[in-house]
Amino acid sequence: MKSFTVSKAVTALMLAGLVLLPLYSQASGNIFILTLFTRIIILALAAASLNLIMGFGGMMSFGHAAYLGIGGYAVGMLAQEGVGSGWIQFPVALAASAIYALVIGALSLRTRGVYFIMITLAFAQMAYYVASGLARYGGDDGLTVYKRSDFSGLINLSNRTQFYYLCLACLLGVIFLIWRIVNSRFGLVVQGLRSNEQRMQAIGFPAKRYQLVCFVISGTMCGLAGALLANNTDFVSPAVMYWTRSGDLMVMVILGGMGTLFGPVMGAVVFLLLEEFLSQITEYWALIMGPLLLLIVLFGRGGIMGMLGRANRG
Amino acid sequence: MAEPLLRVEKLVRRFGGIIATDNVSLEVASGELHAIIGPNGAGKTTLISQLTGHLAPHSGSVSLAGRDITYLPAYRRCALGLARSFQITSLLLDFTAADNVALAAQAHAGTSFRFFANARKEKDLRDAAHAALDRVGLAHRADVLVSKLSHGERRQIELAVALASRPKLLLLDEPMAGLGVTESQGMVKLLQELRKEVSIVLVEHDMPAVFALADRISVLVYGRVIASGDPDSIRANEDVKRAYLGDQHVVTHHG
Amino acid sequence: MLLVVEQFLNGLQFGLLLFLLAAGLTLVFGIMDLVNLAHGSLYMMGAYFAATFAAWTGSFLAGALMALGATLVLGIVLEMSALRHLYGRDHLDHVLATFGLILFFNEAVRLIWGPAGLALPLPAWLTVPVPILPGIHYPAYRLAIIIVALLVALLLYLGVMRTRIGMLIRAGASNREMIGALGINIKLLYTLVFGLGAALAGLAGLMQAPILTVQIGMGENILILAFVIIVIGGIGSIRGAFLAAIFVGMIDTLGRAFLPNLLRQVLSGAAASTAAPALSSMLIYLLMAIVLVVRPEGLFPANRR
Ligand SMILES: Nc1ncnc2c1ncn2[C@@H]1O[C@H](COP(=O)(O)OP(=O)(O)O)[C@@H](O)[C@H]1O
Ligand SMILES: [Mg+2]
Repeated sequence: MKSFTVSKAVTALMLAGLVLLPLYSQASGNIFILTLFTRIIILALAAASLNLIMGFGGMMSFGHAAYLGIGGYAVGMLAQEGVGSGWIQFPVALAASAIYALVIGALSLRTRGVYFIMITLAFAQMAYYVASGLARYGGDDGLTVYKRSDFSGLINLSNRTQFYYLCLACLLGVIFLIWRIVNSRFGLVVQGLRSNEQRMQAIGFPAKRYQLVCFVISGTMCGLAGALLANNTDFVSPAVMYWTRSGDLMVMVILGGMGTLFGPVMGAVVFLLLEEFLSQITEYWALIMGPLLLLIVLFGRGGIMGMLGRANRG
Repeated sequence: MAEPLLRVEKLVRRFGGIIATDNVSLEVASGELHAIIGPNGAGKTTLISQLTGHLAPHSGSVSLAGRDITYLPAYRRCALGLARSFQITSLLLDFTAADNVALAAQAHAGTSFRFFANARKEKDLRDAAHAALDRVGLAHRADVLVSKLSHGERRQIELAVALASRPKLLLLDEPMAGLGVTESQGMVKLLQELRKEVSIVLVEHDMPAVFALADRISVLVYGRVIASGDPDSIRANEDVKRAYLGDQHVVTHHG
Repeated sequence: MLLVVEQFLNGLQFGLLLFLLAAGLTLVFGIMDLVNLAHGSLYMMGAYFAATFAAWTGSFLAGALMALGATLVLGIVLEMSALRHLYGRDHLDHVLATFGLILFFNEAVRLIWGPAGLALPLPAWLTVPVPILPGIHYPAYRLAIIIVALLVALLLYLGVMRTRIGMLIRAGASNREMIGALGINIKLLYTLVFGLGAALAGLAGLMQAPILTVQIGMGENILILAFVIIVIGGIGSIRGAFLAAIFVGMIDTLGRAFLPNLLRQVLSGAAASTAAPALSSMLIYLLMAIVLVVRPEGLFPANRR
């Protein structure tokens, strides 16, 4: 941190708040807020992973929720089959997401622009229907996870506070990884491809290879979020993969600020708190949320991080 | 005769009804500065793009140092020592000048599948970038975003990027387009220097510059090479005079 | 045999309906370069308007006509108040902003009409089965949908291929700058095109209303199908949208009708009845994926720039 800026200060405040939240929850006896924020953190993790391809890589995936489902179903299906160990469930969740991303990415990256948006959407819908067709695992109705992942007593996922800190650690770990990646050789190539693919080809980079690897990294990270989400809700259903869920993730990324490290976290916090808050004051919260999104697009360029950046200069 | 560095044989490329490249054959010897001139729409950019792999020819072949590269993708040709500048500046606008050039160096210095170490702290790459920027006289602008640079400066960065990949053959598409008088002079001086180190194919409208720099000149009209030879023979060639040099409007009209 | 013919016609009918929806979407997409996720909301609004107006007037036809006018107006208002400011923006901005509009429309409908769905009853003369082949009857209303949609498709084709406005539209789809150079009032043209697209979506919605329940979110599934269609057909291509729509309509309908029985040959009854609808829904996305892998710009790319 070289210099003080408004966005850094706000980010630091937000992180401090997230770290201290369980203490507040315990002191005030407000359990609800801990549950709410566990969900927020998991979805922030998903948004951060989407931001890696969308914000840094320029790949507008409209099917990112598929990984939430894949990660979740890996946990749920293994649990149902009697494999309760997190040491198996989580690696399987990540591997399944990575393989799915590899196949989908290899096909989707043949297209660009709107076609890319649509084909990623189509594949996610396919995943959605596959899940709906799994009669053994609940089909449309989804699958209850009766027992949370077991990490041989190292950490107890059924303990709210422990689970919260596990999710927070995963989020921070992923953001740390993204930070390293973005500044690495690989990261510069991927960002260069976003900026000008023709130029990058001309100086000797095979574009697709780098984009595909980035796509797989991002999908794997989101698979982690999926595995956590299934543990959080004790349930997984095709609905987590529905296209509006992918839309939510995109909204979080854009709202917070694409291509910034902490923007997606900020976006997830604001989006989900707003949803929570609005639904408490009016049953018809989306009546406000909808136009708000429109206004943000029209006037809030660069998302929250962009606005904070301007506040700094102005 | 020794194998030429670049050999183009019977290259054909059509756009709908237009034959933009019409049976072009061309040789560039090692160490040579080969200029390609011709009126707007003659097919010069189209030809360059086929050499670099940005555009596929319909027939014919391109070989570099004896190796057939007709069907290699752009990035593979670059690895073999081919570098280009674009007629219409094509840079990473949201990156600094140094980043633009360092990426070109990075492409030729080991694998880029490194995910953890900070690439901006790799001394070799940064040094290479600064050396290339220094060559084109822009070392002092290294840390400025390309989107903040002037048109002339961006033309120079184009060149620095091409240099940073240490090419055997440099393909320059109108490097002086849109430059002011002093900037142009600077560019001619720079090319005078560079030609000692690297073979160059130069597409250019600035006739005095072309005749001052070129070892050989090929004249392209309607996609066809109508003449090829040393500057004096081109100057004396009746076909060329009629088709091109006599018509000052075309010469001064940049595209 | 009877079943096959009937399902075939159902597929055609659904495909034509999808075409109405996709035509507006592809025009807006091809001409204004706008990704409008809220197109499905206009479809939903068409259905709600029709159900409401039909109940008011007591006449199905009057209700349908009024609903058509109402979606046209709604589309124009929407374009002038919000969407026009999105032209020239990033596609991602479009996705986000129109995603917001979907939330808005769904909620507005819940506020006005309540969370329960509506029904749009058909008049008696549209419920009779019509003999189409010796011994084969088909519901009059579904036949009417086929005829209306085919007529609209024909009008659209003639309008786009033969009229001055159509020429402008085609010019706009393949060359956005040119149309400006011609000194056309682009703003007006865009508003009209958007209104037309909205009316087509509304027409699809109101015609579908008596067959399905009119409910919140009805526009979303079908919107995704419409997107699949324009991507398969090639963005901006009416012809591509038409062919792809028929194709998708057929696959969806025939898959739903015949896959369960096919699957029952290899799976247990329960597993088959869960897997079949999922599989037939998947088929469409599989088709799209295959098309895009083979032809990354769709079957009939219109924007050859
Ligand atoms: N991508 C393209 N699509 C269609 N026609 C093209 C394309 N690129 C170039 N042309 C046509 O090919 C001819 C040669 O163009 P170009 O190579 O740019 O000429 P020059 O660089 O000599 O001015 C022109 O007639 C031009 O219109
Ligand atoms: Mg040119």
